[in-house]
Amino acid sequence: MNENNDRAATSVRAMEIAVALFVFACGALVVIDSIRLGVRWADDGPQAGYFPFYIGMILCISSAVTCVTSLMNRALSAKVFVTRGQLKLVLSVLVPLMIYVVLIKFLGIYVASIVFIGWFMLHLGHYSWWVTLMVAFGTMLVFFMMFEVWFKVPLPKGPLENLLGLA
Amino acid sequence: MDEINSLMHGFSIALTPFNLLLMLIGVVLGVVIGVLPGLGGANGVAILLPLTFSMPPTSAIIMLSCIYWGALFGGAITSILFNIPGEPWSVATTFDGYPLAQKGRAGHALTAAFTSSFIGALFAVVLITFLSPLVARFALKFGPPEFFSVYLLTFCAFIGMSKGNPMKTVVAMMLGFALAAVGQDTVTGALRLTFGVTELLKGFDFLIAVIGLFGISEILQTLEEGLEFKGTKAKINMKVVIETWKELPRYWLTSLRSSVVGCFMGIVPGGATPASFMSYGIAQRVSANGAHFGSIDNPQIEGVVAPETAAHAAGTSALLPMLTLGVPGSPTAAVLLGGLLIWGLQPGPLLFTEQKDFVWGLIASMYLGNIAGLIVVLTCVPLFAAILRIPFAIVAPVILVICAIGAFTVHQSLFDVYLMVVFGILGYAFKKLDYPLAPLVLAIVLGDRAEESFRQSMLFSQGDMRIFFANGLVGGITGLSLALLAWPMVATLMARMRAA
Repeated sequence: MNENNDRAATSVRAMEIAVALFVFACGALVVIDSIRLGVRWADDGPQAGYFPFYIGMILCISSAVTCVTSLMNRALSAKVFVTRGQLKLVLSVLVPLMIYVVLIKFLGIYVASIVFIGWFMLHLGHYSWWVTLMVAFGTMLVFFMMFEVWFKVPLPKGPLENLLGLA
Repeated sequence: MDEINSLMHGFSIALTPFNLLLMLIGVVLGVVIGVLPGLGGANGVAILLPLTFSMPPTSAIIMLSCIYWGALFGGAITSILFNIPGEPWSVATTFDGYPLAQKGRAGHALTAAFTSSFIGALFAVVLITFLSPLVARFALKFGPPEFFSVYLLTFCAFIGMSKGNPMKTVVAMMLGFALAAVGQDTVTGALRLTFGVTELLKGFDFLIAVIGLFGISEILQTLEEGLEFKGTKAKINMKVVIETWKELPRYWLTSLRSSVVGCFMGIVPGGATPASFMSYGIAQRVSANGAHFGSIDNPQIEGVVAPETAAHAAGTSALLPMLTLGVPGSPTAAVLLGGLLIWGLQPGPLLFTEQKDFVWGLIASMYLGNIAGLIVVLTCVPLFAAILRIPFAIVAPVILVICAIGAFTVHQSLFDVYLMVVFGILGYAFKKLDYPLAPLVLAIVLGDRAEESFRQSMLFSQGDMRIFFANGLVGGITGLSLALLAWPMVATLMARMRAA
């Protein structure tokens, strides 16, 4: 790994604050929606927002505390959350993973999975074409037999399965 | 002895060829799951759960619980041979296990780990056999306030027992409660936190959260280390096993102590991970060889015995509150609880009177499953270690595909697969910042029921909080919960006073 890859992409402090703010926003959302639903007592007992309102409040308070303690702790900014090299590796899988789950809708899970495993092995594993094809097809064939034939749990299918009359 | 009779009846249910086969499959699958990165007890069981919908419930839970035992055993293999804890509770096992392996004593370390796991589990199963009928009988008297106080105890225990920052435990837990609240309100039918998104009407399923939080996030975290695994080789033969077994009785006190710590933490529920650390810490302090714990030059077998016994005891005893009260003590127990609901069984005290076959079949299978597990791991270690030698570039995408399929099959919904990825990213950030994931998952599982028992209690008392102190029982549990909640603050204060 070269020097650039060892440099920090973000510090622990920045991430702590970002996550705390995100949680705070979630808490605020819960509180606002609970107020809409009513947080008091109706004739028939507590209203729908009664319980979540307090959950949201605790969420806001505890994340605010975490945020402030991280802000005050300067030592945390020296700690590396993730280096550039690590982030690159993580993103090189995370981005394809996102594309993969979107592809499932259009190609069906079997074809999308073959593409995903194939891409992974070719680009990250540097395997030859035929090894890649064998592993990707073999795995999905096993899964097809397991889900569609043995356990009869249907998985999403796409145009290829329609064409082959398997859907 | 009622329990002995029931247990014998349980053995007659569990000991059919079909169930024995499922046990074996479960244990082997479990070890594989425990060895592979990204698949652990909780999400492994979550992914396989939909495949058991068509099985008889007793057979299904026997297989799934055996996967759990297998995963508990499997965690030790990666810790000792590869210095990679396959499960969070085997982190403490790496301290002495990996140095032992480097010194060529991998076989001894593995045998000690497996045997201790077995002893810890056995201790917990015996406890379950004799204690759970009592707890269940006792819990029959529970009303909504008592149940709410038990939920409160569960969550306060997480805050009080956690090693990390208590604020982060609170955040994780409340996030779980908030996620549980999404969807239709069970009491009034009002739509909560859906913001007009139709997919959110049915709420978040915790199985999806488990697959994302534990599976996807772990793969992402493993990737940071690069795509290579480096490990030592291990061979276990009869000679090594017998040598180690001769050595182990020396550590009987450590085993006993760790079993007690583990069972306590499993029931309370602090969980297997803190139990393993706690037990390692205690053993280090009181053992004659404590100074050598975790050293590279002179690693101690005892340092493997302590965490493994406690982790397995905690993991097993976590099923006690799940069966008797419907309150799971660990994420995997929570997934099993989800399974019970799907198979149409209501967990809780009534299970012991209404579903005797199921309960005692399961308890009997715990004995058998752990024996099967011990035999499988002792004989097949090289095989399981070989799995880790499959290049990560092949294993990782296949595991991600398995996670996606698992997430889809829960509700046959693609939206869940997208959610899984979101939970994966959240889990990655949370893990790296030391937010605990177990309370988050348990809060999603228990959120609705905790809220229901809270609202019912409030209805009884017309909004008077004193109902949670109305009698000795509920007051005692609530008091204990509040004491646990205050414990981190008291501990810091005491530490400061001592320092001053």
